[in-house]
Amino acid sequence: MKMLWILTMKELRDGFRNRWIAAAIIVLGILALALSVLGSAPTGSVRVSEIDVSVISLASLSVYLIPLIALLLSFDAMVGELERGTMLLLLTYPVARWQVIVGKFLGHLSILFIAIVVGYGGAVIIMTLVTGGGTEGWQAYALMMASSLVLGAVFIALGYLVSVLVRERATAAGVAIGLWLVFVVLYDLLLFGVLMMDTDQVIGQQLFSMLMLISPTDTYRVFNLSSFEGISEAAGIAGVASEAGLSGTLLVSVMLLWVVLPLGASLLVFQRREL
Amino acid sequence: MTDAINQSVISLDAVNKSYGREVVLSDVDITIRSGECVVLVGHNGAGKTTLMKLMLGLTRPSSGKVEVLGGNPAFGTALAQHKTLGYLPESVAFYEAMSASEVLAFYARLKGVEHRHCEELLETVGLASASRRRIGTYSKGMRQRLGLAQAMLGSPQLLFLDEPTTGLDPSLRRQFYELIEAMHKAGATSVISSHALNEVEARANRFIIMKAGKMVASGALDELYQQAALPVRLEVSVIPGQASHVAERLGSETAIDDVGDNRLYLSCINGDKMPLIRRISDFGELVSDLQIIPPKLDEVYNHFMNGDPS
Repeated sequence: MKMLWILTMKELRDGFRNRWIAAAIIVLGILALALSVLGSAPTGSVRVSEIDVSVISLASLSVYLIPLIALLLSFDAMVGELERGTMLLLLTYPVARWQVIVGKFLGHLSILFIAIVVGYGGAVIIMTLVTGGGTEGWQAYALMMASSLVLGAVFIALGYLVSVLVRERATAAGVAIGLWLVFVVLYDLLLFGVLMMDTDQVIGQQLFSMLMLISPTDTYRVFNLSSFEGISEAAGIAGVASEAGLSGTLLVSVMLLWVVLPLGASLLVFQRREL
Repeated sequence: MTDAINQSVISLDAVNKSYGREVVLSDVDITIRSGECVVLVGHNGAGKTTLMKLMLGLTRPSSGKVEVLGGNPAFGTALAQHKTLGYLPESVAFYEAMSASEVLAFYARLKGVEHRHCEELLETVGLASASRRRIGTYSKGMRQRLGLAQAMLGSPQLLFLDEPTTGLDPSLRRQFYELIEAMHKAGATSVISSHALNEVEARANRFIIMKAGKMVASGALDELYQQAALPVRLEVSVIPGQASHVAERLGSETAIDDVGDNRLYLSCINGDKMPLIRRISDFGELVSDLQIIPPKLDEVYNHFMNGDPS
């Protein structure tokens, strides 16, 4: 435990030092504020709480942003240290290889945690203070922040897997961008395309749910847009998730699986890596 | 613990290592005992760094067995032993954005060494005044000094130093060897790699000469001289003008390298030295002086590096 703590704190300190945390807080905070300002316009007639609207718009944008931030944090984590040579020295210290990866993971997760809590949390507080609106719907907002952290964890783990598999930093960066494109853009496009062409409705509800579950970003989206009644109504997907048999627990489990599997694979690969 | 000094700390048994088709080490047997200071000598690419990485468990042998402190060092299976271990890699790399004291504090925490030792070590290697600067601004020599400082954290029992004195100025070099010697007196075992034999000559108990992945010689300095069996040279001063006369009388069974006006240069293998000296002394007044020139360390080294070891 002590080793993990030391390694985690080092990553966290690096995050403060190289302004990563500051940059992420600013990006997430400004985004959340801007969306809540824009989002407050259509609330008048529909009687949806402002926070609920924020959850919908923020969840839709976090799907793009959080994976990007997570991958930028993680793609360099292993390959960078291996390439620069600092890993060589680190591994002659009394640390196990799994501790190196898990320590880094906890560190990067803390960085993301701080950025989400301060960025998103700060924005919602400012919003409530300025508009004098109620705090109705804060649970959904909190759940959105928590699931954003899990989404971040998924892409940190994926970034590590890339980072231990390739030999050069440049390759890792390229593959990370590719991963982002696939999970955030291409997979959904493909899914929509298939559905459009599927005029005979070969793909039933069941299969569609399964296909949605495959992608961690879709899981995140469905989780947030269906988490509370008010939100799913406003988002126009009322009852979709429950009809599809996608309970919150199942969605969260899928996302956690997306954290554990790539992280476990990274551990296995790194354990066998020769320096 | 009377035999502690003879305890084997590191042993390599028929170790082979190849990366793909490239053979880096072939059939290496090495035993290093507690308290020894062993120097690995060889050109670049002779396999010295790979040898160290094997001992450190950073890489695995393709075949054969590596044992360090009674366990397999490979891939962090014996974590506890790392606490008594210090390593300075060939081209040491640090976290550039951190300062020297931050980096050292980080490593000290990992090793469970008290923080106050960091300041002492930085003082010892002469980095105290620059300890708050980013390592990114450091020169090669300063990085090397910081590398030494981290290797010495926690007074390790086992030191691995890969080309430790590159980038150090002569005074620091001397200071560095004094540090090693002090750790040695405290009972540490050290493995140092170098491509300069002369520099480490006085410090080592034993040399292991590596050539293209093979161990070509191993032993203390005098043993290496014996193994090399290089000829001893004799410089004989004679009365002016008599050199060729002496040479003639020595006859063809003596290897005469050069004949001057009042000087002759002879060479013979070590075992024939005394008979030859006796014969020279038989010339009486003719010979005014005799100098025995043993082979130089460089020559011994070159013999192993260029000659056929078999």
